[in-house]
Amino acid sequence: MADTMTMRVTRYEPDLDHEPRTQDFSIPLRDNWVVLDGLNYIKDQLDGTLSYRWSCRMGICGSCGMMVDDEPVLTCATFLVDYAPGPIRVEPLANFPVVRDLVVDISDFIERLPRVSPWLVRHEDEPVDDGEYLQTPGELAEYEQYSMCINCMLCYSACPVYGLDPGFIGPAAIALAQRYNLDSRDQGAADRLDVLIHPDGLWGCTFVGECTTACPKDVDPAGAIQRYKLTAAIETLKSYVEGPS
Amino acid sequence: MTGPGALPRTYRPRPSIWWWVRKRSYLLFVLRELSSVFVAWFVALTLALVWSVERGAEQYERLLDVLSNPFAVALNVVALAFLLLHTITWFNLTPKAMPIRLFGARVPPVAIVAAQWAAFAAVSAFVIWLVVG
Repeated sequence: MADTMTMRVTRYEPDLDHEPRTQDFSIPLRDNWVVLDGLNYIKDQLDGTLSYRWSCRMGICGSCGMMVDDEPVLTCATFLVDYAPGPIRVEPLANFPVVRDLVVDISDFIERLPRVSPWLVRHEDEPVDDGEYLQTPGELAEYEQYSMCINCMLCYSACPVYGLDPGFIGPAAIALAQRYNLDSRDQGAADRLDVLIHPDGLWGCTFVGECTTACPKDVDPAGAIQRYKLTAAIETLKSYVEGPS
Repeated sequence: MTGPGALPRTYRPRPSIWWWVRKRSYLLFVLRELSSVFVAWFVALTLALVWSVERGAEQYERLLDVLSNPFAVALNVVALAFLLLHTITWFNLTPKAMPIRLFGARVPPVAIVAAQWAAFAAVSAFVIWLVVG
């Protein structure tokens, strides 16, 4: 196996470039190196102007998501040897505006996430003296999978609906809404329903399923959305039968 | 930057109209969506058959004549292929939309898909028995 590899990196300097271009770098090919190690090598040794996001290097912070050979992945969890002999293409996350090189503008996502109140909503707080809100293992299992989301936005990058209609609230926001809806301690499901049945909400999803394929944490946003569609349909029907509350 | 506090100019790529041929999963998705047209076609055809039966034997024979021309046969072969794609893909997707719990445990996705195929086989056998038997 060769001891170097070509990394073809997308570059975009907003003051100079009309559109992104690519630049090839030769990087060491080591068994234990991930794509992020390659980018760090470029930044440290070859070109300090390369811009990209990263933080934890352990698949938790969700900030190093990029397109590697056209697939949205966490670059800290994607090994170079799997792409040998290369060249390996590294591009900014698809479906987001590019700010510079591999950095994308995530303000749309940051703006829409709080719309679904991704926190425990309580209309009636119990007195502190009553102790914790207890849960059975079964109640925990209901939402635990959806709580694994790290907001890495790979699902937005994989979703063609979001690519074609950036108004779509998107897979992670809906999965996070479902994470709290299914939590036995939460009382905010009715508030979230209004947001999610909005035209930009869950009905925009046409069940391509790529969000689930791309998810590095096995959250299964596609499953969460389809489950919530059933809930939303039943709740809407109920509101017609029972009249406005 | 063009001045203090100005936001940098971002580049937003325009999605290609051919985005759906880029990946096998996207192509399969678009074909599945397209299959709805053929589902509608079969619904219309079934209604037409019922309507012609109600109008009497002559009308029914006339419709069968129309349906036996090569164009109609070819159309129905394509429609059947799309209908099978529709059925298979939706059967495979069902466990995602409807996770079922039995006796406190989650039913494995493969069991949900298998149950649908079993129901499909039972209904098909009943229809064949009605027509042939």
